[in-house]
Amino acid sequence: MPYFHKVLVANRGEIARRVIRTCRRLGIRAVAVYSEADRALPFVREADEAVLIGPPPAAQSYMAIEKILDAAEATGAEAIHPGYGFLAENPAFARRCAERGLVFIGPRPEVIEAMGSKLAARQLMQRAGVPVIPGWDEPLPTLAEAQRVAAALGYPLLLKASAGGGGIGMHLVSSSEELGRAFDSARERAQRYFGDGTLYFERLVPGARHIEVQVARDGQGTGVHFFERECSIQRRHQKVIEETPSPFLDAERRAALCDAALRGAEAIDYTDVGTIEFVFDQAGQFYFLEMNTRLQVEHPITEETTGIDLVELQLRIAAGLPLGLAQGGIRQEGHAIECRVYAEDPQTFLPSPGTITRLELPEGARYEFGYEEGNTVTPYYDPLIGKVITRGATRSEAIERMIEVLRGMRIEGIKTNLPLLLAICQDTSFQFGRYDTTFLSRPRSGQ
Amino acid sequence: MAVDAERGGTVGAMEITSSMSGIVARVLVEPGTPVQAGDTVVVLESMKMEIAVVAEQGGVVKEVRVHEGDFVEEGAPLVVLDAHRAES
Repeated sequence: MPYFHKVLVANRGEIARRVIRTCRRLGIRAVAVYSEADRALPFVREADEAVLIGPPPAAQSYMAIEKILDAAEATGAEAIHPGYGFLAENPAFARRCAERGLVFIGPRPEVIEAMGSKLAARQLMQRAGVPVIPGWDEPLPTLAEAQRVAAALGYPLLLKASAGGGGIGMHLVSSSEELGRAFDSARERAQRYFGDGTLYFERLVPGARHIEVQVARDGQGTGVHFFERECSIQRRHQKVIEETPSPFLDAERRAALCDAALRGAEAIDYTDVGTIEFVFDQAGQFYFLEMNTRLQVEHPITEETTGIDLVELQLRIAAGLPLGLAQGGIRQEGHAIECRVYAEDPQTFLPSPGTITRLELPEGARYEFGYEEGNTVTPYYDPLIGKVITRGATRSEAIERMIEVLRGMRIEGIKTNLPLLLAICQDTSFQFGRYDTTFLSRPRSGQ
Repeated sequence: MAVDAERGGTVGAMEITSSMSGIVARVLVEPGTPVQAGDTVVVLESMKMEIAVVAEQGGVVKEVRVHEGDFVEEGAPLVVLDAHRAES
């Protein structure tokens, strides 16, 4: 018995393809929705049905809630998979799905809402006994109040938007003067981007590492984790390379971290697959950073090392079925690495839209690409064009394979970060597993 | 930014060009607007990123070559300034 007969995928590019693939494997009919900019992309062709929902700007297509719901109704889809980004963490969308009799493949709207407010999430996690980054758990209403609080906490501090996340809407302030310059614009931007200008403080964790835990919980209250993913290689607070297991964790720390993540998921009665992000300080203490209540971009490395199809698990949980997994039966084998291929200048990190005139992906890796040769990368959506995932029995084997496939890849017509990805994989510090979130802002060895 | 030494003396026409391919999100000047070095003249948006294009020299806007919503290639001229002589 399939979990659903027909599922609409409310996303685009590589993640739409990824979800469609699992649906088709399970005998579920997949419906794609697409904007005028994406007509020629493979996800549109690979779905069983595809519905054009609007012009290129996301607000008029992939973010247009009623158009997507109309498409689901017109095609007879029973459930909607939101992928990541766009409407994936939008509680209003999850509510509207339910109101129109559709299953939203994700957690309950209240849970999305609670984790979407970074301040509320901090408070909930603290109550569940999960450590949070020291900071100030009240909104900062005025600059004067912010300056008073900052003086008490001590600089440097991160001024963060409560409705932000993923490093967006974040300012590092090192003095009262810097805070004075940043405050109004930070609030204005948070209001404009997230519809909520609430700001709060977190202490800066110097030389931090980002390590996250993949969890899953079903509607019956059974929860499991699928170990961690190490995500410290970042540019502009966006992940570039992820790997699992993390080269920094010993068995004891790994167990404590995964246990904290499960405790957090249980405290909010989470249902779906989800990811709890933590930062580690240099002393090895970890703190809750945020929870992503959806499938994560870097989920394939977990799949490669545990043998679990996380999209299938989402469908299963959304259909109301028990996980069918016990923690003791989940094992991690080998090592996996993912490189994110961005359409951007490898030096300036500035976006580089254009037509892909040549795309060659050598054998030896798992590829999750949203584009094919001849497709155009438009400026309307994010710069991720695809992901390369390699695995090996050991970390060095996985890195070696990655270097080999990156060397053989050919992407022409647009600028990509391939040279940067290769340089990172060949970097001695990276190969020894000695890196943190400041890695890409430092001069690298071997260059 | 390219300097076009069209005229000598104290002023010259100077093109402010696009630092990346993208969509013109906002045009903050019009012909006749005085600008100082460091002022943002156009905001570009591409792939969820906003980039402010700034005047590297002060002057008066002579011509605006783009409209909000236009797609521009990297290096495309956005604004032409009647620039003050560079202070150097």
